[in-house]
Amino acid sequence: MPKVDLIEGFRDPCHMKALAEIIAKECHKKINIMEVCGGHTHTIMKFGLMQILPKNIEFVHGPGCPVCIMPKERIDHAIALASMPNTILATLGDMIRVPGSKTSLQKLRAEGKDIRSLYSPLDVLKIAKENPDKNVVFFAIGFETTTPMTAVLIKDAVEHKIKNLFFHINHVTVPEPIDVIMQGGDAHIDAFLGPSHVSVITGYKIYEPLAQKYKTPIVVSGFEPTDVMESVLKIVRQINEGRSEVENEYKRAVTQDGNVKAQELISTYMEQRSHFRWRGIGDIPKSALKIKDEYGFLDAEIVFKDFLPTQEIDDHKMCICGDILKGKAKPFDCKVFGKACTPTNPMGSCMVSSEGACSAYYKYGSLLEKGAKA
Amino acid sequence: MCLSIPSKVIEIDKDNVATVDTMGVKRKVTLDLMDEEVKIGDYVLIHVGFAMGKISEEEAKQSIALYNEIVEQMQSGQIDDEEGNMNYA
Ligand code: SF4
Repeated sequence: MPKVDLIEGFRDPCHMKALAEIIAKECHKKINIMEVCGGHTHTIMKFGLMQILPKNIEFVHGPGCPVCIMPKERIDHAIALASMPNTILATLGDMIRVPGSKTSLQKLRAEGKDIRSLYSPLDVLKIAKENPDKNVVFFAIGFETTTPMTAVLIKDAVEHKIKNLFFHINHVTVPEPIDVIMQGGDAHIDAFLGPSHVSVITGYKIYEPLAQKYKTPIVVSGFEPTDVMESVLKIVRQINEGRSEVENEYKRAVTQDGNVKAQELISTYMEQRSHFRWRGIGDIPKSALKIKDEYGFLDAEIVFKDFLPTQEIDDHKMCICGDILKGKAKPFDCKVFGKACTPTNPMGSCMVSSEGACSAYYKYGSLLEKGAKA
Repeated sequence: MCLSIPSKVIEIDKDNVATVDTMGVKRKVTLDLMDEEVKIGDYVLIHVGFAMGKISEEEAKQSIALYNEIVEQMQSGQIDDEEGNMNYA
């Protein structure tokens, strides 16, 4: 049996070129495709897919970056928690860099607070065990992909009666913001590229109501460049044939029902919040999770309520992230893009993490200007 | 935040922790979230220290075989018929 390379096979330039030619031949009108997930934004930019695709395919960068959508008041929560005496705050990735209303976790850490950036949420169990005399707060972020990992931690904390571990839950869900973006009827979006890893957990069935309600094709796509190209072709064909269905391009990892064990873990320990404020979009009903009341003794928002600020804080009024998310504007349309607003000094949500649209344009912008579409 | 590269399972210990190889880099991941049996030699997707799903090697091979077919057809000019139609499912 010939060895098939599971990575290179999906990055082969010949494959990409061939798919691009078929798409160019079949695509007869302008199609705006929203890629919901920041991972796709990354693939599209890094592999220069906008340059090899025909001009009438446009990508709109969606709300799928968990760091970018975190409103400042939640970051202020993290900062308040980390400032409590005798406390260790742990979180993932870029979260540390993002400024709240006054400071960032990174700055606070430089001032001597114990703030840890983890590779894996599992490390938080170790930290709690090694520091029995301290409160350890896990500031949990992420979409459906990361939620089950937090559920595993909560399960461990409950089963092993870990007394000094608490959770500040900021887990959000994909379908609700898409619904809000489409609701006004003024979004310029014809189709969606469905997230890869969220769908591994949830299954592709969660997109069916959206595809029907808004008559837009949704193609669940893998992260590799040929995955994205093939998904674009599937979208073009659906539009040409007047179909609006959920299709699964990422068959090697995604099923209709997803990872049921992970879903059960989540529903054992967490439930829907009535609403959650999204940076750049606003308040969205039922778009996030919280710890179930019966496990409230682990919920940092309940246990440390008195430490947490309650004021809601919006982005600067120059920021047009909301319009960018709706496909009505591009980062270049923002007056402060690359000037007052940069990745080291972000003014708005889409500049804060490397997965955000403004930040991706900042990094790869020169490539785009040179591209065929400039 | 997502690592899309498939990792190969090379060892599984009794604590349900697997050692995986991601393009030559070895790391330990927990199998606590897997809802199907994982065996040595399987490919899994990794997210922040957890294996969260298997990669079907069969499906991956089929996609790659299909891409190769497209490239061949393009090179031999078969795809350039009037309608631009080809059997691409
Ligand atoms: S460049 Fe900055 S201020 Fe402008 S839209 Fe992007 S994030 Fe907002």
